[in-house]
Amino acid sequence: MLNQITSLLYKDFVLERRLKHTINGLVIYTLSTSFIIYFAYNQPEPTTWIANFWIILLFVSINAIAKGFSQEKINRLAYYYTIASPIAVLISKVIYNTLLLLLLSIVFLIIYSLTSGYPIFNNALFMTIVLLGSISFAITLTCLSLIAAKTSNSNTLMAVLSFPVIIPIILLLIKLSKASLLDISILDVSPDIGIVASIDTVTLAVSYILFPYLWTD
Amino acid sequence: MGEKFARQWWWKVLSILCVAYAITGGFLIEVPQRFILNESIRNLYFHVPMWFTMIVLLATSAVNAIQFLASNNIKYDIISIEAANTGTLFGIMGISTGMLWGKFTWGAWWVNDPKLNGVAIALLIYMAYFVLRSALDDQDKKAKISSVYNIFSFAILIPLIYVLPRLTDSLHPGSGGNPAFNQYDLDNTMRLVFYPACIGWILLGVWIFSLKTRISLLKQKKIFSE
Repeated sequence: MLNQITSLLYKDFVLERRLKHTINGLVIYTLSTSFIIYFAYNQPEPTTWIANFWIILLFVSINAIAKGFSQEKINRLAYYYTIASPIAVLISKVIYNTLLLLLLSIVFLIIYSLTSGYPIFNNALFMTIVLLGSISFAITLTCLSLIAAKTSNSNTLMAVLSFPVIIPIILLLIKLSKASLLDISILDVSPDIGIVASIDTVTLAVSYILFPYLWTD
Repeated sequence: MGEKFARQWWWKVLSILCVAYAITGGFLIEVPQRFILNESIRNLYFHVPMWFTMIVLLATSAVNAIQFLASNNIKYDIISIEAANTGTLFGIMGISTGMLWGKFTWGAWWVNDPKLNGVAIALLIYMAYFVLRSALDDQDKKAKISSVYNIFSFAILIPLIYVLPRLTDSLHPGSGGNPAFNQYDLDNTMRLVFYPACIGWILLGVWIFSLKTRISLLKQKKIFSE
């Protein structure tokens, strides 16, 4: 099992390195949206800054994860099916997507801070939230991206399926990020972090149960 | 068990009697006078049962989706989609009765409140479910993939509707310092109407759903026999 997960992860990294255009495309996506926000607001209000940050990160995540399954040909998926267990595929994809989103959110955060300022006071808390956000997005969107990849119109459907499901998480992340504008310790917001973590746990458990049904089709 | 129950008549009569009683009693029987709510408290008899009915039907939909994945019998998928259809209808009725009440009590059709936003998102999820179904052509694939999405979204719906609103303060009756429909406010005359109203509307919802399911199953049979 562990063996399968590591080799699938290795495969994903090799694929990413060879198909440079996908990750470069996403980085340019973050670059251009940062500039659009800069032209629109110059230096946005702290709460607007946070809302924009998460909305753009949501779009970047959906684009990044949607390609995860749809870029692979049907035949290749059938090949994975013969060599790996569905759970290994799910776990390797979740880990890979988490790392990819973490990278993208850090790149975006740097570009965004350079253009539109950085109003966050409590850095440690905000970094925790960004990490939590990447994990949550990766867990929720991985299963949905496979659902969307099964349809003919996967890009539109990816957005349609994932927005309503991701709204509760993103609302909590925005609420938590607003706390990081002030001098608030992580302990004070730990109930909210607990809710996000428990939603993640439930989603991961449901994905774990349902993924094999999606996979063998 | 479900089919046998669907063909019995006693619960349909019970449903008609309860709903008729809830409508007449709901408008005519004395209600306790509460600050702000006043006579609009009568909306309890109409608004709240809609949500109960919606949850019953959406849970039925999710349970049948699980049964479909376990058995691969297309019948369960048809039951699941019809339950989701009827549940969404009741959700829309719940949201409209709530908006009407909100206009008179809060002065706005929509306020930024966790309960309201929660159900709006819930309805969006089920609309996405219908879009997903229409995007897939092959019936077996449609049944399988939409069942997975149904279960997945139902698992997220529960924290959304039941957990999150309870953790935040809200204008909605039942939370914070607002006049609430809880044991202190809901007196015995209201209970006398409220409980039959819930039973009546839930049974009515189940009736609509069972009729729709039977029509769909017959259509399905026709496709196979042709």
